[in-house]
Amino acid sequence: MSASAPFADNAKALRAMERRERLALLALTLPALAVVALLLVAPLCHLFWQSLVDAKTGEFSLINYARIMQDPGYALTFGRTFLTAALVTLICVTLGYPIAFLAAISGQRSAMLILAMVLIPFWTSVLVRTYAWLVLLQHSGLVNRGLQAIGLIDEPLALVHNLTGTVIGMVHVMLPFVVLTLYGNLKQIPEDLGRAASSLGAKPMRVFLQVILPLSAPGLMAGAVFVFVLSLGFYITPELMGGGRTIMVAMLVQRNIDIYSEFGAASAVAFVLLGLTLFILWAADRIVPIERILGEK
Amino acid sequence: MAAKHASYETVSVRSATRNYDAVKALDNVSLEVKVGEFVSLLGPSGSGKTTLLNVLSGFTRLTSGSVFFGERNVTLLQPHLRNIGVVFQSYALFPHMSVAQNVAFPLLARGVSKTDCQKRVREALALVELAGYEDRGVAQMSGGQRQRVALARAIVFDPGLILLDEPLSALDKQLRESMQIEIRRLHARLGATMIYVTHDQREALTMSDRIAVMRAGRIEQIATPCQLHDFPANDFVASFVGETTLLPVKRQSAKIVTLGEAALHTAREIPAADRLAVAIQAEKLIYGPVNENEAWNVLPGKVSEAIYQGESFKIFVRIGGGQTVSLRIPCHHMGARSLPQVGNDITLRLHVEDTIIVPVLGNCGEAEA
Repeated sequence: MSASAPFADNAKALRAMERRERLALLALTLPALAVVALLLVAPLCHLFWQSLVDAKTGEFSLINYARIMQDPGYALTFGRTFLTAALVTLICVTLGYPIAFLAAISGQRSAMLILAMVLIPFWTSVLVRTYAWLVLLQHSGLVNRGLQAIGLIDEPLALVHNLTGTVIGMVHVMLPFVVLTLYGNLKQIPEDLGRAASSLGAKPMRVFLQVILPLSAPGLMAGAVFVFVLSLGFYITPELMGGGRTIMVAMLVQRNIDIYSEFGAASAVAFVLLGLTLFILWAADRIVPIERILGEK
Repeated sequence: MAAKHASYETVSVRSATRNYDAVKALDNVSLEVKVGEFVSLLGPSGSGKTTLLNVLSGFTRLTSGSVFFGERNVTLLQPHLRNIGVVFQSYALFPHMSVAQNVAFPLLARGVSKTDCQKRVREALALVELAGYEDRGVAQMSGGQRQRVALARAIVFDPGLILLDEPLSALDKQLRESMQIEIRRLHARLGATMIYVTHDQREALTMSDRIAVMRAGRIEQIATPCQLHDFPANDFVASFVGETTLLPVKRQSAKIVTLGEAALHTAREIPAADRLAVAIQAEKLIYGPVNENEAWNVLPGKVSEAIYQGESFKIFVRIGGGQTVSLRIPCHHMGARSLPQVGNDITLRLHVEDTIIVPVLGNCGEAEA
């Protein structure tokens, strides 16, 4: 019949339309892709090349990586960085979960108030906050004097210029990440599930451990991975709060450049850190798949 | 299985009031439910039926009043100590657990041993016809299957009372109707005390031993389905249950009211109220030849609209005084052949026994056409 010809034409036109729409979507992402390529991929390639060059001879060599492997100082710093990041993550999760939980079960107004209190410091410059902590925590700072005044301690505690100071400062910076990711996750758990569990005879602790906690695992994991990965690259806070005693990997990079002008060595350190971070993300994905962290159940 | 250990309880709600600021979600409600009784709470949204259910399950605290399960005063008891099974509209199955783990949850919470637990889970799933589905994930189940899992979970631990909060409203019509029958059978088999919230009058009529019709935080009437449908206490109940047209009438004598110019006889008591209405139910209006020996009210009118609805036609008839009543004519050959045409004159008959006069409450009964 004569009607069959226009049908075929339509099919072609519809395919073309679909192609055009896909191209339009691609065009929309192009600026962002360009920025990433220009400002992330290109410099990374440059750094990688730099890390493979011996500064003295200018030739290709693995000497920068060999030094990291051989010098125990590097291993120590990497170890300290991972431990500090793990400690900060643990504290953030422990402190952040109750806050997120409270915000999730509160009415809208209280939830807004709680989240505002979490977010306001989040919007303040890290540098400002770090100096504020220095003032508060120093030898004759507000915290030490307050504790002495109420008779809890005799001697001032060493709260800054050490690991304690570093961890306090980092936890403060990182806490909002845990609270916000967890809040978003907890808010998605239907209220009926908790009610069902308690109507079925589960005590509040059982409801939490068997229903709420497993269902909030993706949010918990997302927050923890966020904090851990960001903590690995921390620079300002450990520099200022650690008083030179808690050297982190990022500071190693800075020292290699500022003091020794060793761009190759600095690049190699950065790449080892990047590699280890990617490995951790991969491992985390094996435990809780990234799709779940990103919101798909 | 459940009959062995089950000890279903009576429920007694006494002067229950729940205020939210100025709004009375529950206004001095009292309700007595016998052991093994199936009671539905029927009402429009905001009528307080879900609040009442939440008061029974313990999720909503009363402002004043008390709740008893059997001899136990549970007014101040936490939900997890009440020993009730709740079936939610959303099913509320735990998405991270298998079917068997979901059903085992209340047993494990009660410290039932592993082997005993397995056996009871199997029995409960068999009871809802889901034997063999133990290891399925909840996400793999259809809506109807999920609701059955939720039912199994709510009965497996032999609760004293089972509460169902619009459990079928998310299902399509066919499935909903077969599940209604299934829940009824389950109820009969367990001998369980069940309280069922719904806004669907037909569902309530199908399933219940008694129905409590609620409005604005109060129970307007509590009665058996038949009583409720044929003897509504007031215009609100009449308009909410059945397919009713409410028309204002005036009392003329002990057994006669006037509808506009026409006099309507009734075989029933006329309630002692200032404002009265006749509740004309669509199925009670008769068109065509009748037994003339019976006592009939005759309503002459003109057909204004006829709508085909599958199993029946809905016919709108304008009667004297400009008011419209509706009736149903079944869609069989005879019905279709004698179908009155729009614009034609028609004579309707209403038996005096079916002439229901109800008191008119305040600003409520918007009559359904």
